[in-house]
Amino acid sequence: MSKKITIEPVTRVEGHGKVTIKLDDFGRVTQSRLHIVEFRGFERFVQGRPYWEAPVLVQRLCGICPVSHHLAAAKALDVVVGAGTGEGLTVTGEKIRRLMHYGQFFQSHVLHFFHLSSPDFLFGIDAAPELRNIIAVAQENKELAYQGIMMRKYGQEVIAATAGKKVHGTGAIPGGVNKNLSIDERDSLLKGTDPMNADKMVEWSVGALDFFKHYHKNNKDMVDNYASFPSNHLSLVRKDGALDIYHGVLRAVDNEGRRILNDVDYQDYNHYIEEEVKNWTYMKFPYLKEYGREKGWYRVGPLARLNVCDFIPTPLAQKEFEEFKAYTKGKPNGMSLHYHWARLIEVLHAAEVMRDLLNDPDLQGDDLVVKGNRQSEGVGVIEAPRGTLFHHYKVDDNDLITMANLIVSTTNNNEPMNRAVNATAKAFMNGKQEITEPMMNAVEVAIRAYDPCLSCATHALGQMPLEITLMNAKDEIMDKKIKG
Amino acid sequence: MNREKKVLIYGYGNPGRRDDGMGIIITEMIEEWKNEHNLTQIDVDSNYQLNVEDAEKISQYDVVIFVDASQEEDLTNFRLVEVIPNEEKVEFTMHAVSPAYIVHLCQKLFSKKPETKLLSIKGYRWEFQEGISDSALLNMERAFIFLQCQLMSLLDIKFSGIKCN
Repeated sequence: MSKKITIEPVTRVEGHGKVTIKLDDFGRVTQSRLHIVEFRGFERFVQGRPYWEAPVLVQRLCGICPVSHHLAAAKALDVVVGAGTGEGLTVTGEKIRRLMHYGQFFQSHVLHFFHLSSPDFLFGIDAAPELRNIIAVAQENKELAYQGIMMRKYGQEVIAATAGKKVHGTGAIPGGVNKNLSIDERDSLLKGTDPMNADKMVEWSVGALDFFKHYHKNNKDMVDNYASFPSNHLSLVRKDGALDIYHGVLRAVDNEGRRILNDVDYQDYNHYIEEEVKNWTYMKFPYLKEYGREKGWYRVGPLARLNVCDFIPTPLAQKEFEEFKAYTKGKPNGMSLHYHWARLIEVLHAAEVMRDLLNDPDLQGDDLVVKGNRQSEGVGVIEAPRGTLFHHYKVDDNDLITMANLIVSTTNNNEPMNRAVNATAKAFMNGKQEITEPMMNAVEVAIRAYDPCLSCATHALGQMPLEITLMNAKDEIMDKKIKG
Repeated sequence: MNREKKVLIYGYGNPGRRDDGMGIIITEMIEEWKNEHNLTQIDVDSNYQLNVEDAEKISQYDVVIFVDASQEEDLTNFRLVEVIPNEEKVEFTMHAVSPAYIVHLCQKLFSKKPETKLLSIKGYRWEFQEGISDSALLNMERAFIFLQCQLMSLLDIKFSGIKCN
């Protein structure tokens, strides 16, 4: 009798989702799918609201990466107020936004690595579930857990200083920012009491990379072959090809490194990108129009960014980037667990950028906002921690939003995450009649590499036990287990 | 007046999701009240949700009161309970770590165990809008007075105009 195994939700992934794996009569994996439970309707909710409210309103989407939505919306509305696309802001306006964004990037990546993924590296994928959490990490390696917490805290303080507050920050407004960084704020971030200063963040970022590389060296086969598959890759890059998570042009490369989207203006994103709807999930599947659904899908996020960019414009991260690129002889890297490697290189880059920005007197400038000729439409694109994030708004003559379209990072990674689940299911579950805890975690490890944000439900709504359902071909429940 | 105790009021929730914002709003009300009376022993903080770095934050205080909206069915208006550190319960998503998890992490990493309580306030509406529902507003106002009374008792202070049972 064929079986369908459902794992719901995926543990230690933000929000919730479920994985369905179908086995045939011989226990072979015939189909596996990642179902995303995503709130649909937010775009409709924004319609009819004054455009200047959008950068604050969109933070309701997500308590995990509100800064990404805040800045993507602000960038789109820069266009609407005639302030241009990313390059039209004042020097202070752009640099304050960059500091905010790199602060968020830093704390988000740090949370992912230290608290979601490091248990897998410290204890192994087949470790007992009670070990796979930060409490166990703290018992095994107290310094690692401590650094993770203080790095998170540092990133949060950068956000609070630039966005004004942690909840519903108002720092970015259409055409610029509403505050600069005071000398006191700068000094507390730049030269704060150990460890809360920019130099320590750089030092610890190097340490985190060394931790991963040491693990990789001792577990090369597993790290390199786990859910490894070729793909296209898409991200923003600076016009000179540098890694830039705040602004740039859209570039995509194929699995050989050939450019298949050549540094285009993201205002025209819908000329190049289309989304496919499937009947078994609410989440869409984006792809490059020119290459079609089958060949045009792509990865986004840390791995994609390092596959797409030509260099990293900070010295320590550039050195690590060269080592990363050399590992695949300059070709794009399709190894899912190398997302962690790429993510940690970006952590180091973010730490270096924050330190450079904090030393820049432009952050204390008073020229914060620009305005020009009012436009009726604008697109804002930013590299969120999890990948490329698109915000698109149309605004009427009464300043009300008439259309909003968002393509969030996790949606961009929908196809590769499904492929990662499939690859892992085939590797770990073929020929098995029962699903074990290590097998479940194996699937989760593959998904976690992509750091998906699956729902953005608030904590009050997000009480979610882990439910495992075993179903036969007639969709009858054969077994159900609940964790937690 | 007990000047030694340092107290943190920490509200969390999403004010863009109706009643889920009560934790944040109470924090703002306490901040206004403490500034009015120069209660320097009290600090306030707020965020969308608790996260691991809050273990370090609470390690700096003698008393911590978390304030959160709640959907619990058996809750009628509000409830204050002691937070028991919990090493067994592991949250499935790190965006929703519990007060118990934070206190346990605080003990493990910072060797501190502040007296920690959770003030849960019953909420009813959770859609993507700002504004507390009328029913929840009543609960929140009662909870605010209760919290003021708790703080006055804790810090051995009294203000006229606040009736505590």
